[in-house]
Amino acid sequence: MTIGMSKLRLVWIYPDLLSTYGDQGNALIVERRARLRGIDVERVDVRSDQAVPTSGDIYLIGGGEDRPQRLAAERLRKDPGLGQAVSRGATLLAVCAGYQIIGHEFVDDLDRVEPGLGLLDVKSGRGPVGRRCVGEVLADVDPQLGLQPLSGFENHQGVTHLGAGAKPLARVTAGFGNGTGDGTEGAWSGRVLGTYLHGPVMSRNPGLADLLLTWATGVPLTPLEDRWHEQLRSERLRAVRAQAG
Amino acid sequence: MTGTPVPGQGAGPARGPEALPPRAKLAVTASRVTAAISRRAGKGSGSVIGGKIALRIAPDLLAQLADHLQVVLVSGTNGKTTTTRLVAEAMRAAGPVVSNALGANMPAGITSALAGAGDAVYGVIEVDEKYLAGVARDADPLAIVLLNLSRDQLDRAAETRMLAEKWREGLRGTEAVLVANADDPLVVWAASSAKDVVWVAAGQMWQEDSWSCPSCGGVMNRPGDDWFCGDCDFRRPQVTWSLVGDEMVDPDGAVWPLELQLPGRANRANATTAAAVASVFGVDTAAALARMKNVTAVAGRYDVVPYQGRNLRLLLAKNPAGWLETFSLIDPAPAPVILSVNALDADGKDTSWLWDVDYTKLAGRPLAVLGQRRLDLAVRLDVAGLTFTVHEHLADAVAACPPGQIEVIANYTAFQQLRRTIKEAQA
Repeated sequence: MTIGMSKLRLVWIYPDLLSTYGDQGNALIVERRARLRGIDVERVDVRSDQAVPTSGDIYLIGGGEDRPQRLAAERLRKDPGLGQAVSRGATLLAVCAGYQIIGHEFVDDLDRVEPGLGLLDVKSGRGPVGRRCVGEVLADVDPQLGLQPLSGFENHQGVTHLGAGAKPLARVTAGFGNGTGDGTEGAWSGRVLGTYLHGPVMSRNPGLADLLLTWATGVPLTPLEDRWHEQLRSERLRAVRAQAG
Repeated sequence: MTGTPVPGQGAGPARGPEALPPRAKLAVTASRVTAAISRRAGKGSGSVIGGKIALRIAPDLLAQLADHLQVVLVSGTNGKTTTTRLVAEAMRAAGPVVSNALGANMPAGITSALAGAGDAVYGVIEVDEKYLAGVARDADPLAIVLLNLSRDQLDRAAETRMLAEKWREGLRGTEAVLVANADDPLVVWAASSAKDVVWVAAGQMWQEDSWSCPSCGGVMNRPGDDWFCGDCDFRRPQVTWSLVGDEMVDPDGAVWPLELQLPGRANRANATTAAAVASVFGVDTAAALARMKNVTAVAGRYDVVPYQGRNLRLLLAKNPAGWLETFSLIDPAPAPVILSVNALDADGKDTSWLWDVDYTKLAGRPLAVLGQRRLDLAVRLDVAGLTFTVHEHLADAVAACPPGQIEVIANYTAFQQLRRTIKEAQA
């Protein structure tokens, strides 16, 4: 999309299945931050019995419980829309269950290894029995992306291993992240990002929304007055650092 | 017909706890002593600690105490405490009732409440969703109320559909009559393994946890008030009791105005459910409704209290479904609203759910924000394009509100804190 030519198309995939952790928030935040800069936005919510459009600029996939995750993967595997969009350079952010789905494989609610969409070079499996990764996360982002440390809340059983074709999105200073014990959190490659962070992640890290908007529009964005986001960020950072001692 | 046991259930007159075996009697005494000590130490009612001690001494005490009673269990994500109260009021038309009216709804709190049964004939028991199957096994209830299931405290609770599955397994083949909400597909899934179900059209504004069919995973169709799966034969059952607008329709088609003092659609639904329960026990609907109309506040909820020369109405909303129902019952704009949110253990520590709540419904009102997680709320309201003020103390939030009764909506521990603050100011 080029500014002044058309609307920015924001596609939220499967709110009926993958919207368990306030995932609508990321869509609302991208939408608002675009509008505040005079960018016209068309938001498209795609239900799981509808086709994913190929013409989107930014795609979002959220988190969900184990069974809806399997159903979502089954339906997305049959729909070439998202894959086509990503291969022509669209931007994608996937969170938690969605992050696992866009990788090569994950373990479903029936304990079967399910194929993912292969849009990001990661594989997910189950973590150690009895360990669920729940709580606040703080993580330093890959310097190449130029973002402030990420703050968020994680709640997952799965662990995600990165292949050679994906880089860690961040390294945790508190919390589990990918759960592999190497301190990595999330993954990215090209314009595809995956993360375990809820909050929703953009409520505490509006820079992430701006990164997606910059990728999608191809132009630098005017800075915004981020009073409440900034206050929330610093309150959360203080709380997590105090907890970590 | 009043006080008549349900035919075939053989429940005789209550014998009271004096008929208990010695070990159970000892456990009841120990629980009362412990509770009294706990109360004297200023640690609340003492019912939970008392119940824990008693269950340690006599693990089957809950079952033994319930054996003397005709029991109704009430469970669901939202409306448990209020519905329990309404059912208890209605049942009093038939005889004395014991109830865990203050919402201590896990086995220890329930045991403690039942230990104080006295001459009660009926036990009306609120049960936490996670404990329903176990309590239903122990308490041998004659009726079980299933209100609704929706996302709540996901960082520490089971997944919503898993809860429905646990209910379904736990209630399979139960002898109890289920009184269940036909408008919540998860509840219908849970209840439809039972033999005897009274379906109530109690409504459910929140639909975001049941878009996929609990039976086959297909996408749910929702034309008007109806719902059905597009892929299998799972659909809304035929109802016998309904809430239609402000009125209740009974199984004979008779229309009853619901002139409750409790506000809102959700409470009219709770009253309809309570009338259906009362009818299972042979309580006359007119008598049941007349008693329910006297209820004005439930454990502080819906209470209008004076504070700093203003009137505050206190409303508890713990999760997205609860907030949605609450927004529908508050006074119209421009009535001022104070919102307070905490994320302590009892609330769930993840505030992501705030983004499931449609705060644009509060547009056009003066808004003030409070609570441990007021900044999470501030970001949420800001992104919704609303104007608001943020405060540390209730007094400042109240002072920031223009004249008129103030609607105060808070989640669990925030609600308790507000009640304490107001009580201290009144002292």
